Amino acid sequence: MRRSILLASALVTTLALSACGSDDAAEPAEGSTDDATATEGEDAGDDMATGSLTVWVDETRQAAVESAAEDFTAETGTEVELVLKPFEDIRTDFIAQVPTGEGPDVTVGAHDWLGELITNGVVAPVELGDTTPQFEDVAVEAFTADGAVYGMPYAIENIALIRNTELADSAPATWDEAIAAGEDAGTKYPLLIQTGVEGDPYTYYPFQTSFGAPVFEQNEDGSYSPEIAMGGDAGTAYAQWLAEQGESGALTTDITYDIAVEAFAKGQSPFIVGGPWMLEQFADLDLAIDPIPAAGDEAAQPFVGVQGFYVSAQSENALLANDFLVNYLSTEEAQTALFEAGGRPPALTAAADAASSDPIVAGFREVGAEAVPMPSIPEMGSVWAFWGVTEANIISGSADPAKAWDKMIADIEGALDS
Amino acid sequence: MTVLQEPRTESHARRYGAGFLVKLALMAVVDAFGVYVLWAAWVAESWIILGAMLAMLVVVNWVYFSRRAVPLKYVVPGLVFLFTFQIFTIGYTGWVAFTNYGDGHNSTKEDAVTALLAQNERRVEGSPALPLTVVSDGDELGFVVVQPDGTTAAGDAEQPLEPVEATVADGTVTAVDGWEVLDRQQIIARQGEVTDLRVPVSDDPNNGSVRTQDARTGYVYLPTLVYDDGADTMTDTVTGTVYTPNDDGQFEAADGSTLDVGWRVFVGLDNFTTAFSDSRYAGPFFQIVAWTFVFAFASVATTFLLGMFLATVFNSPIRGRKIYRTLLILPYAIPGFVAPLLWSGLLNRSFGFVNQVLLGGAAVPWLTDPWLAKLSIIGVNLWLGFPYMFLICTGALQSLPSDVLEAAKIDGAGRLRTWSSVTMPLLLVSTTPLLISSFAFNFNNFALVYMLTGGGPRFEDASVPLGHTDILITMVYSVAGLDGTAPKNFGLASALSIVIFVIIATISAIAFKRTRSLEEIN
Repeated sequence: MRRSILLASALVTTLALSACGSDDAAEPAEGSTDDATATEGEDAGDDMATGSLTVWVDETRQAAVESAAEDFTAETGTEVELVLKPFEDIRTDFIAQVPTGEGPDVTVGAHDWLGELITNGVVAPVELGDTTPQFEDVAVEAFTADGAVYGMPYAIENIALIRNTELADSAPATWDEAIAAGEDAGTKYPLLIQTGVEGDPYTYYPFQTSFGAPVFEQNEDGSYSPEIAMGGDAGTAYAQWLAEQGESGALTTDITYDIAVEAFAKGQSPFIVGGPWMLEQFADLDLAIDPIPAAGDEAAQPFVGVQGFYVSAQSENALLANDFLVNYLSTEEAQTALFEAGGRPPALTAAADAASSDPIVAGFREVGAEAVPMPSIPEMGSVWAFWGVTEANIISGSADPAKAWDKMIADIEGALDS
Repeated sequence: MTVLQEPRTESHARRYGAGFLVKLALMAVVDAFGVYVLWAAWVAESWIILGAMLAMLVVVNWVYFSRRAVPLKYVVPGLVFLFTFQIFTIGYTGWVAFTNYGDGHNSTKEDAVTALLAQNERRVEGSPALPLTVVSDGDELGFVVVQPDGTTAAGDAEQPLEPVEATVADGTVTAVDGWEVLDRQQIIARQGEVTDLRVPVSDDPNNGSVRTQDARTGYVYLPTLVYDDGADTMTDTVTGTVYTPNDDGQFEAADGSTLDVGWRVFVGLDNFTTAFSDSRYAGPFFQIVAWTFVFAFASVATTFLLGMFLATVFNSPIRGRKIYRTLLILPYAIPGFVAPLLWSGLLNRSFGFVNQVLLGGAAVPWLTDPWLAKLSIIGVNLWLGFPYMFLICTGALQSLPSDVLEAAKIDGAGRLRTWSSVTMPLLLVSTTPLLISSFAFNFNNFALVYMLTGGGPRFEDASVPLGHTDILITMVYSVAGLDGTAPKNFGLASALSIVIFVIIATISAIAFKRTRSLEEIN
């Protein structure tokens, strides 16, 4: 019986090996043909020896990156493999996968991930070199931490006041003017702003800054330090304003993003506070892009978000990755292609100028020039958790504005200390 | 006896018939896969996977070619999957629970050192961009650069840049004496070496060194952080501060300041103690524990009662009961992730179908009032869960022995009496294990809570982002920062899930013990 086990095992192993053998046999064969062709002519062997690059992209950038990748492949012979991922998964997956060596060489991302990516040691600095001045200042600033640049920016996005010109003919200068104009228009809503029961501090931020209550202290170079700056009298004044507007019905937690966009598309309001990502749904409306009207005494500065490409700290193809970003994706052609694919104004000044021939893009860009970068420090995560809900509770009238705002500041500080 | 004995003397291992050949072919496929995994693990240098796979292959081959391991032949596939999908996951969770894996402690110390050094190298301010060519002298790599004044200079890791005679075309060097210019394929083949190469500008290291990221342009860099391999310390070249590794897996200076990037270390029971020592969580924690139990019990009770009621009703001959039964099972066919999302839309205060159409425009805060939100959660779970109970109760009712029911009838028991004394106990015998597993499932019903209310409405008196409908598992998700509201802490998350596991395991064990007494009815 023992012999039969041996016999059977030997048989199985042979079978197994012969099954694998077909693979093994194929590889050296390919290698040898490559060697042969390499001696014949330089170009023929290109696709074997020039490595490959893995890039994570999401749906909206896929086509544009693909065209830049084709140029790259044509000129250098390096294959670029695009992996399609949902944008919201990229951040956590990148952090988790880079240390295992399974991560991509390059990924698309937003600048506010930077703090977290740096603390986890998964992102490598990118030397933009002499191309730096060709980008909009705010774009490079957003990807800068402690003096080093960590990404190649490609798009800048910010919110503005989108106006339906049939319902309102001029840009309102202040919040009260906007509400008055909205009421004159006789539509269902005077002004639309997405809120929801969880609040939307990103969309509300320009109104908060108009009261002089920025979220964090800003250093001289524009970066943020983790000191909460939205407390004090300015913060309380903003909270009071939220409560008043909630009571008058101008702000309500019932309006979510979907409801707001749908209502504006149906012409139920002359104004909506929102970004270029909404425009697709407003295709048949005649629009103008205005600065966000201030509710307080100071300028209403929205957050600006910068999109870009990061290089993995563990990339084995760092050289190819940097070459691809700095020499192929930062060209005017590539940035314009990305703009046409995603509709976000380009970060490269030349491409942005070209795109600005469209008054809508120019409008958003003008508002963006006054905007402040969204903080990229890791402490921001703890702020979001309390910020929106507190605003929503104040608007819905379920919380006392001053008390709720003070408690929020204390809670955030508690979370930052823990 | 002889009939039984005969096949035994001729086992499959000896009788080389059709069955044996099929087995051989199947085992060949399994072994081919195993060998492929071994090879892949070897290439990826993951020794644990290699070892585990090798052990599994040996065991599987032995089991299926030995005569002695007959029972194992049936159990082994299950054991293999149990090992891969359960034991490994549990083991990994247990391991992570004792580390500080999370934001800032994402990888190994080696990776942390590499990352810190990469992050702390600065381009010398005002230094020019140098068109660069990668060259080699035998194995040694070097750079040739065109300096701003048009002269060319070459150097390698040891030899600082020195003027050389070179042919320049289009602003870059194409040929140079004493060096071989590498073409693109050669560069890419050695790209790690190229990006790691630092060519000193001069003998004075403070002048910086040339490096390149794309093999086209070089820049002069100076490190702001230096790692001393022997002493295992990081030194800031600007301030002179020395950082040494501490027990938390970070480089720490004498004044207690630390460098950003740390690494994973074992922290013993720290995760278990921090989970229960943060005073901010004390109040909400007990409320959440209480609600978790209420929710799990209420879910099981409501779904079981409704399911059993409907099963009993449709167990008697009713016209069209097949159609009714099919309709009743429909909610079970909707994925558990989609249904809560659907319901959160239906229950929206101002625009939801329930308020707008069914209640004629009422503004009932189904999901935003603490009590109504709890009611909504249990209600939606009832809708989602009763078809399952309906199915198993129908099955159990149909398999009840009719002689017992007849005996009850002969003894003169009424319908109600029969139901409470005969049907119900017999039904419980077969369904109790399922009720216990249903309890365990609902105790951790993350998807429902997360998709329907997200844990909200928030506790107004708490200082942590938790709400009235949060259950333990959604609390863990928030506490460990997996929802992005705090720095991620996988160690803490694992420790807390182990605590939850202990709770559920204890309850289930006690409950199973109690069910044994039920079985004595039989």
